[in-house]
Amino acid sequence: MTPGMHDRADTTVGDAAAEEDARHVAALRRQLVGAAEAAGIVDVAYRVVDSPVGPLLVAATEDGLVRVAFSSEGHESVLEHLSQSISPRVLQAPGRLDDAARQLEAYFTGRSQTFDLRVDLRRSTPFRRRVQEYLPLIEFGQTASYRQVAEQVGSPRAVRAVGTACATNPLPIVIPCHRVLRSDGGLGGYLGGTDAKAELLALEGHPPAGSGQGLLL
Amino acid sequence: MSPRPAAALPPFESVVQQHGVAVLRLCRAHVGAQEADDVWQETFLAALRAYGQGLEIADYQAWLIRIARNKAIDHLRAAGRRPEPVAEVGDDVAAAVPDVADPDASVWADVARLPPKQRQCLGYRYLGGLSYAQTAEILGGTAAAARRAAADGIATLRRQQQESTEQRTAEGSTS
Repeated sequence: MTPGMHDRADTTVGDAAAEEDARHVAALRRQLVGAAEAAGIVDVAYRVVDSPVGPLLVAATEDGLVRVAFSSEGHESVLEHLSQSISPRVLQAPGRLDDAARQLEAYFTGRSQTFDLRVDLRRSTPFRRRVQEYLPLIEFGQTASYRQVAEQVGSPRAVRAVGTACATNPLPIVIPCHRVLRSDGGLGGYLGGTDAKAELLALEGHPPAGSGQGLLL
Repeated sequence: MSPRPAAALPPFESVVQQHGVAVLRLCRAHVGAQEADDVWQETFLAALRAYGQGLEIADYQAWLIRIARNKAIDHLRAAGRRPEPVAEVGDDVAAAVPDVADPDASVWADVARLPPKQRQCLGYRYLGGLSYAQTAEILGGTAAAARRAAADGIATLRRQQQESTEQRTAEGSTS
């Protein structure tokens, strides 16, 4: 952007015309996305969906869902990171995320307890990927401890590494790392904040944190 | 999937958001309001195709403007027209600005009639928001010459708009 461009635009083109141009470009942008998707040159497509835990950014490569991000992570910086780590050909292209948006809505409105989406976990290290692929086996409404997950993926002593795999889960909610708790029943950490974790567990009928053994939180 | 780019490029989405309007105005200056949409689409599609393929971009606006200019020339050639408007106005130039009901239409028609150099300098400077130095870089010549051409173009447009206003007033009083 050239410095002073806005000053010039204001003096040469009226505000109403500028608004009209912005609306026009928004329509052109939607057509562009359609053409770019058809040409197979959108490497990362994204959209933002509303949810009880705040707006969620969902992003997919051609291979599947690659990221779900809470707004507390900063959607702009998440997009920057995708641009750098996968490809800068990142466009807001809602169509590719229709399925994901529908399934998230079904989950939050209680109409569905599972996700059936292609996922792209290629950026996870092999161990983290093993953990992230195991997590969906913990059913809706159930929980497991970090230690139990470590045992299930065949590395019983890698409890901390399981914690890291959960913390770096690129697809929270869809890959239910919120179902993994501390051995003492404490919530443990969560990328979207412990409030979001407690809310997701409550949605699944799990006693809210603070009752019973969760007192220490 | 493209390899990891050498320099960190921002998400393409933000490039469209930041420069979409300026490129549209520039396309209008090149091919008229009606066909500007097609040239805009071709410009950003080509930009996206190239984006992240080992590309290093110092100035996004100048990069997009270069692509838009080439697309506009392709577009005019494909339509069987000369890439630059001729000094004498033909039907083809008038046809590039068909929306007579649009109050801006007479301005666009006047812009389309300007000599190429003046029209381009005006377009890059006022519609594209480039500096005269950047304009000169794209068109060749010096920044001072670009400034001169833009000023001449503005003066011509003022005179033509003034004349057409007077003409309308005169027609109104005689009828």
